[in-house]
Amino acid sequence: MEVGQMQRRLVDYTKSLFMEGFLDAQFLQLQQLQDESNPDFVVEVVSLFFDDSEKLLNDLTMALDQPNVDFKKVDAHVHQLKGSSSSIGAQRVKNACIAFRSFCEEQNIDATLRCLQQVKQEYYLVKNKLETMLRLEQQIVAAGGSIPMIELGF
Amino acid sequence: MESCNCIEPQWPPDDLLMKYQYISDFFIALAYFSIPLELIYFVKKSAVFPYRWVLVQFGAFIVLCGATHLINLWTFTVHSRTVASVMTTAKVLTAAVSCITALMLVHIIPDLLSVKTRELFLKNKAAELDREMGLIRTQEETGRHVRMLTHEIRSTLDRHTILKTTLVELGRTLALEECALWMPTRTGLELQLSYTLRQQNPVGYTVPIHHPVINQVFSSNRAVKISPNCPVARLRPAGKYMPGEVVAVRVPLLHLSNFHINDWPELSTKRYALMVLMLPSDSARQWHVHELELVEVVADQVAVALSHAAILEESMRARDLLMEQNVALDLARREAETAIRARNDFLAVMNHEMRTPMHAIIALSSLLQETELTPEQRLMVETVLKSSNLLATLINDVLDLSRLEDGSLQLDLGTFNLYAVFREVLKLIKPIASVKKLHVSLNLAPDLPEYAVGDEKRLMQTILNIVGNAVKFSKEGSISITAFVAKLDTLRDSKAPEFLPVLSDNHFYLRVQVKDSGSGINPLDIPKLFTKFAQNQSTGTRNSGGSGLGLAICKRFVNLMEGHIWIESEGLGKGCTAILIVKLGMPERVNESKLPYMPKMPTNHGQTAFPGLKVLVMDENGVSRMVTKELLLHLGCDVTMVGSSDECLRLVSHEHKVVFMDICVPGIDSYGITIRIHEKFTKRHERPLLVALTGNTDKVTKENCMRAGMDGLILKPVSLDKMRSVLTDLLEHRVFFEAI
Repeated sequence: MEVGQMQRRLVDYTKSLFMEGFLDAQFLQLQQLQDESNPDFVVEVVSLFFDDSEKLLNDLTMALDQPNVDFKKVDAHVHQLKGSSSSIGAQRVKNACIAFRSFCEEQNIDATLRCLQQVKQEYYLVKNKLETMLRLEQQIVAAGGSIPMIELGF
Repeated sequence: MESCNCIEPQWPPDDLLMKYQYISDFFIALAYFSIPLELIYFVKKSAVFPYRWVLVQFGAFIVLCGATHLINLWTFTVHSRTVASVMTTAKVLTAAVSCITALMLVHIIPDLLSVKTRELFLKNKAAELDREMGLIRTQEETGRHVRMLTHEIRSTLDRHTILKTTLVELGRTLALEECALWMPTRTGLELQLSYTLRQQNPVGYTVPIHHPVINQVFSSNRAVKISPNCPVARLRPAGKYMPGEVVAVRVPLLHLSNFHINDWPELSTKRYALMVLMLPSDSARQWHVHELELVEVVADQVAVALSHAAILEESMRARDLLMEQNVALDLARREAETAIRARNDFLAVMNHEMRTPMHAIIALSSLLQETELTPEQRLMVETVLKSSNLLATLINDVLDLSRLEDGSLQLDLGTFNLYAVFREVLKLIKPIASVKKLHVSLNLAPDLPEYAVGDEKRLMQTILNIVGNAVKFSKEGSISITAFVAKLDTLRDSKAPEFLPVLSDNHFYLRVQVKDSGSGINPLDIPKLFTKFAQNQSTGTRNSGGSGLGLAICKRFVNLMEGHIWIESEGLGKGCTAILIVKLGMPERVNESKLPYMPKMPTNHGQTAFPGLKVLVMDENGVSRMVTKELLLHLGCDVTMVGSSDECLRLVSHEHKVVFMDICVPGIDSYGITIRIHEKFTKRHERPLLVALTGNTDKVTKENCMRAGMDGLILKPVSLDKMRSVLTDLLEHRVFFEAI
């Protein structure tokens, strides 16, 4: 596949991510921060986000598995996850975290378990999407092209 | 009566003999029994007796012998068969034991005899050891004496004390009759008696140094026995008795200059003193080897101690000299400071005092020019104005020059537009040039950077001065000004050995050439041009006025800018070229976001970059920390990241202008940190601005922040633009609370 086609595919894909609400404007900010002096910034941040989130999700699962759930700790983890996801622009994850937090305040175990599931689902979705996008970018760069930018109209 | 074979005789006929035999046998038996008892008794008393077995045998032997003799008593009379058998048994046993004992004694008796010889041998050995110990003790004592002597000698640094002590201690240790020290005189031809033990104040008794005995002593480093009739040894009045043996030893006198680091100057010393020691005259004492050795050692130690004393004297002298010099220097420095202060005061006063009237004169004269004047009056006013302008310039120049001279002038560095400087100079010079009908052309090289870092005002002053000179000294023709970036080979062509240009990455050398077609300068006068107040007194220049300071000041400015200025001329009437080279800095590249595949972001009002702004970011969340850091790096800030409140408090310093804190992390008491930072930096201008980063959009958080003493609040997520505007506002107004 030649470079132009790949670029078009990347643009469409990225646009869809924004349309479907997986990513928001914050992700654009990240892309803006990437330049020659730091060419792998986005990849680094995204990897960091993945690592952090995996750990947080594991901790959350364990914490909610306890007979006596420590809601304070759960809240702390969710707060972290919300922070990371909002910094990277993972909108749906962030929203799920917000809902999660409100149920934590109510100390509603069932609801929090449901929320955890939701958060996990959203996280894996966005992870998949981001990985695909980054792979596309890599392919384009390997083929010698440059990554096209996204102009958002909103 | 016939004797029968029966064994029962009556008392035998020889009564007396039998009786004596009977008694003797009895006593023998008694003695035989008592000997072992005695032996056992005494052996039991003694602790050690190696031959117990022999004793037992011997005892048995004796006892049996006694028993035999005892039983013998019964055989004198008629005895039964039992007695006979007992007797026989006893005799048999006795025979056996005595044979065995005899055999044993063969082994033992030589041993016992050799004990005696060994005892003799040990006694001899003990005597020998006693003798040797006596010798060692003597040596030990000698050693002790030497150490004590050395200690005494070395415990003082005064020459006289050293020498006196030496003699006294030697005299005491060796029990000398007399001990004397002969020192060489100043001329070196004689030895003078300097110190003696017994005589309190020795008379200045001298002996010529070239005596065979003395030479002999000086040539060896050992103590030499000399004859008591030698002139150096005639220290005591001749007595009845034979004078004791005399020994002399040399004492090397080491000079300071003889001290080399690595070799002990054995060969280079030429001066020796002589120490003479005399044993008591009425004793038969002889000089022993260990005593001679002691004397040699002492002589060496004395030499060293004397040299130490000499060194000390030298160093004390040197130190005194240094102290004097220090005092003198101090005085000179204080005088110089006073002079400088006086000069500065004078200049300050004169500056003000002179400028005020000058200002009045110039102002009023120019005002006067504006009024209605007759042509004569106008001419007069113009002259007054011109003269006062010149005088004002002179005052400025003098002030500048004196400041330049003592190095107190510093360049005001800043980024400025280089092209604008030249344009300004041109603008200023055009009126005069057009009046004189001179054509001025400006040629700026295309590779000349538009902006540069340097002292704009003084650079302009210098260029203006040179161009002004060119205009002043040209009556007709043209003036061309060229400016370009100097390359290394042109730099070397500067005809100045002390100008060493150094090329570096963020500097460049600007070369300006001003060529005029004016009166030119005699090449011989060129060196004088840049000296103060020296001016060509050629006719053409008399009317042009001006002090002689301009070029001198230019040269000083150019030197400050690490450059060089000189003038070339081919001679009178052939015009001249002034060339100046100065070092200017390259302006820093502004840190904008470089995005090759992004269109330019619409720049906000306010700064686009905050170069070198030191900020501290505290955020526990790794991802958001990374993002915030990258944001700030993009804006050119110098970012320090911390992940905990302790780190934050530890690393925050007055160099940090802004501290960004993520406050919605449970477990980090951001308000507490705020309070602690307020405590740490009491002065407002030292304290960094504290800005809270939060995702909480409730008013309570904002109020808490304000109450805790934070200077700002920003909602996450933060975009590049937002951060830029926030920083701009923050640095300008020192507070920024985002509207929630």
